[in-house]
Amino acid sequence: MARMKFLCDADRCIECNACVTACKNENEVPWGINRRRVVTLNDGKPGERSVSMACMHCTDAPCASVCPVNCFYTTADAVVLHSKDLCIGCGYCFYACPFGAPQYPRVGNFGSRGKMDKCTYCTGGPEPDNTAVQYAKYGADRLSQGKLPLCAEMCSTKSLLAGDGDIIAQIYKDRVAKRGYGSGAWGWQTAYRETIAT
Amino acid sequence: MAMVCARIRLCFAAIALLLLAVAAAPVAAQQPNSVNPNGSAVQEQQLLDQLHRVQGLGTIPDTKSYVIEQPQGREWRLFHEGYLPWIGGVVILGAIVVLLLFYFIRGVIRIEGGRSGRTILRFTAVERLTHWTIAISFVILGLTGLNISFGKSLLLPLIGPDAFSRWSIAAKYLHDYSSIPFVIGVLVLFLLWVRQNFFTRVDLRWFQEGGGMVGHKHPPAYKFNGGQKLLFWLVVLATIGVALSGFSLLFPFYLTNILGMQTSEIVHAVIAMLFIGLILAHIYIGTLGMEGGFEAMGTGDVDLNWAKQHHALWVEQELGQGRAATPPAGAAATPAE
Repeated sequence: MARMKFLCDADRCIECNACVTACKNENEVPWGINRRRVVTLNDGKPGERSVSMACMHCTDAPCASVCPVNCFYTTADAVVLHSKDLCIGCGYCFYACPFGAPQYPRVGNFGSRGKMDKCTYCTGGPEPDNTAVQYAKYGADRLSQGKLPLCAEMCSTKSLLAGDGDIIAQIYKDRVAKRGYGSGAWGWQTAYRETIAT
Repeated sequence: MAMVCARIRLCFAAIALLLLAVAAAPVAAQQPNSVNPNGSAVQEQQLLDQLHRVQGLGTIPDTKSYVIEQPQGREWRLFHEGYLPWIGGVVILGAIVVLLLFYFIRGVIRIEGGRSGRTILRFTAVERLTHWTIAISFVILGLTGLNISFGKSLLLPLIGPDAFSRWSIAAKYLHDYSSIPFVIGVLVLFLLWVRQNFFTRVDLRWFQEGGGMVGHKHPPAYKFNGGQKLLFWLVVLATIGVALSGFSLLFPFYLTNILGMQTSEIVHAVIAMLFIGLILAHIYIGTLGMEGGFEAMGTGDVDLNWAKQHHALWVEQELGQGRAATPPAGAAATPAE
């Protein structure tokens, strides 16, 4: 089975935010929730770099481990999903996540956050695949249709890669060999405990 | 003839063009120009080593989203899932075991000479009301708080995920709202009792003689003995600890950033676990552990012999100030003719 991962090539990202727009549109993400975001390091200075970040779907996901109601589960493709029906909105998954993936729709009294929402790798959630109720709660389910997440599909420079970890690692390695430089797969050491040798 | 020359010229032109094209073709097999346009840019490992996080600038209003990597979340996870259950288990189960041992070995502390049948007022209605407010709040806070740490291991397998989630959502609100009467109650009792809770030499002697619990001495005490004063200050300090960290957790990211939130949670959980252990001992001594002890908070009036045994100096003070104990049984009956 494939082991799905994301790889953002920080040397190619031009901060166009196509990935952000694609995700928001495809999943009808409510206002204020940002499943995917682009962050720029050293903005305006020489050596400016942009990285697109959403959920990395970690190996041994810390969010799943700290959840007090165990609402997370990992699919056969190693995609980390959760159930909004079981979520109690305590916010612990955000404290544990190294990448800030969990998002909460409400800023209410006493930190009542509402149900957590995050990048689903366009895989939906525990509801049956491709039903209206699944779409309303979790967004698109592209993976069951054999498609990859839309953020990576829409990336204008193909800096954001999504797919089986070995395949995209190879693509990245070839890319680095051809152009002669590469800053590595950002977040891979933290998420998957591995780096790509370039 | 002209046709043939034209065709030959055309052929030559074509060949020349071909040669030109071949000569100008990029040599793909060569090593590419290794000029790295990002040579001066930061590397991920460099940022993690120096700042322990990767943070930049985004374009959305949610400023905490500008942190794209904070590996300390994993350390927090290790503490919360690895160490905290052990701390909680050892403290709480340990407290229960120690109390059981104490109960079976030392036994209940009896009133010497039996009850006198006369009572003296120890705690007023205000003191008792406040105490029970914080007591009930504490039990709710403790149980709902422990649900977060231990619920998924102990309760979830018994009642299933749907029921457990519904209970946990209710528990979260109970916990948040019970914190208010708890903190206000502790503040009220602090103001009512602080002047009677400063340590004196009498308390030193009380501790040295084992408080009457270890060994069978009878050290005297005023209204609050050394152990009670210790409890008072520990409760006040622990309440300040859980209240401040709890406030930070109630209003997430209002006071601090993610590292602060993780720290608040650790502080809150550890102090709370120790607090539960302490209060288990307090509950024991106030209910099972001491004959005649519960009435102090139950009705407010305690048996005079109990008071003389445990708080002799306080009884002297009270009687000296004219606050009488109830008369002996039978004395209120028809006076002798």
